[in-house]
Amino acid sequence: MKQKSVAIVGAAETTELGVIPETSQIQLHGDAAINAMRDSGLKPSDIDGVATAGESPVAIAHYLGITPTWVDGTAVGGCSFMLHVRHAAAAINEGLCSTVLITHGESGRSMVGRSRFAPAPASLQGQFESPYGPAGPPTMFTVPVLRYMEEYGLTEEQLAMVAVVQREWAGYNPRASFRDPITVDDVLNSRMIAYPFHLLECCLVTDGGGALILVSQERAKDFPQKPVYVLGTGESVETPMVSQMEDFTSSKAFRVSGKKAFDEAGITHADVDHLMIYDAFAHLPIYGLEDLGFVKRGEGGPFIAEGNTRPGGKLPLNTNGGGLSYMHSGMYGMYALQESVRQMRGTAPAQVPDAQISVSHGVGGMFAASGTIIMSNEAP
Amino acid sequence: MKGQETTLAEYRKPLPKPTPETQEFWDGCKRGELRLQRSKQTGKAYFPPRPFFPGDPEQEVEWFTASGNGTLHSYVINHRPPPGFEDDAPYAIAVVELDEGPRMMTNIVECEQTPEALKLGMKVEVTFEKATDEISLPKFRPVGG
Repeated sequence: MKQKSVAIVGAAETTELGVIPETSQIQLHGDAAINAMRDSGLKPSDIDGVATAGESPVAIAHYLGITPTWVDGTAVGGCSFMLHVRHAAAAINEGLCSTVLITHGESGRSMVGRSRFAPAPASLQGQFESPYGPAGPPTMFTVPVLRYMEEYGLTEEQLAMVAVVQREWAGYNPRASFRDPITVDDVLNSRMIAYPFHLLECCLVTDGGGALILVSQERAKDFPQKPVYVLGTGESVETPMVSQMEDFTSSKAFRVSGKKAFDEAGITHADVDHLMIYDAFAHLPIYGLEDLGFVKRGEGGPFIAEGNTRPGGKLPLNTNGGGLSYMHSGMYGMYALQESVRQMRGTAPAQVPDAQISVSHGVGGMFAASGTIIMSNEAP
Repeated sequence: MKGQETTLAEYRKPLPKPTPETQEFWDGCKRGELRLQRSKQTGKAYFPPRPFFPGDPEQEVEWFTASGNGTLHSYVINHRPPPGFEDDAPYAIAVVELDEGPRMMTNIVECEQTPEALKLGMKVEVTFEKATDEISLPKFRPVGG
């Protein structure tokens, strides 16, 4: 069912990205939120909707001095912010609030004002996964990939090419953590983290944040920035345990979320000028390209390795350098959304010429959840 | 991944804490039985344990003892061990597909922890490693040649 469109009229990242030990996690939310309010010319008293993950929306509203009539604390991992955009669209269309602030801030590297997460021993993960020695996402998110390689013949070199191509994009981005070009050999010779994944196929761990402000399409032209319209949205979840994924070669949450967003936007894959696929690890853009329907099953690896997603390729993908090279605080989805907004505003450092439609696709947990947002700089 | 007996004081790895819904699974492990649940109507097995059939809670369910046979479905070989696993690294964190259908995370024991030795699709069987007096963990080892 197609909703009325809403628009993103404020968007900003934290003033700094990378290693920010002098800033606590909640102040990363605060810094990003204030930057987004300045971007849109709004004050806290203008905001009546607050959504966030990683912190409580109560904490964020109080910290910023906002009295909301609508909050959303949906926290399903790194794609939570895609779900917030989707929920905010529904809330604005329903009249529950008029101006929504979505914040993200994460002291993922410096761990200032943030606690480490470990599953409770009586939780399902604690009972049925933790006893076997996983050490966080690098050893969990990667578990399905050998099965994918076996089924589709994906090679280690093709997997490595995901990191190589994204580093090419990062080279254009002054704010990217890593910008020096790398080769397939560099990737395959980097330290083994969890076979078949090497260090350069795993995301960064950095500090940072970002925030978005959304209003109805009718109000969008009253703001200083070029509006970025939300054409379609999708969300779904599958399982909190990666070992219980229905199909190790495909994400059900990706497929459901992507289809929902494309159907709602009423666009085809050929209409997409710019694409962001959350890349916590090198296999995710491959799964994403296939599960969103850009290529057939098994074709994602060769598609990237052949250069289709690199600068100058036909489908620019992860143009900020992605979680592998730009930044990754833990819940990267906000940075994918920020890059889509920049591309639609025409202000991205690696700007895709004349881009009119951008798809921003996120993952939460280890293939646990998904959210998809389709944006355009043209009013629907 | 050595199978020697240890006491609670010595066992430094994360231990599962059974809940009322999973107690039978862990009691089974202690007895040397891999206990699963299935629909009485269709015979379809599921995991992890819960007192209803996922997606169709009106079906009657029952516990049964699984064959303990399965195949190696996927894995990683972890080179960065968390606390308690230092002596094991590098070691495989694996998912086994049981002959009854469900998959479960586990470790593969009595086997080199290398890509050459750990072949996807290879047949494995359950073996129970005693961690404490209360908890034995289901692990899997290669069968045949």
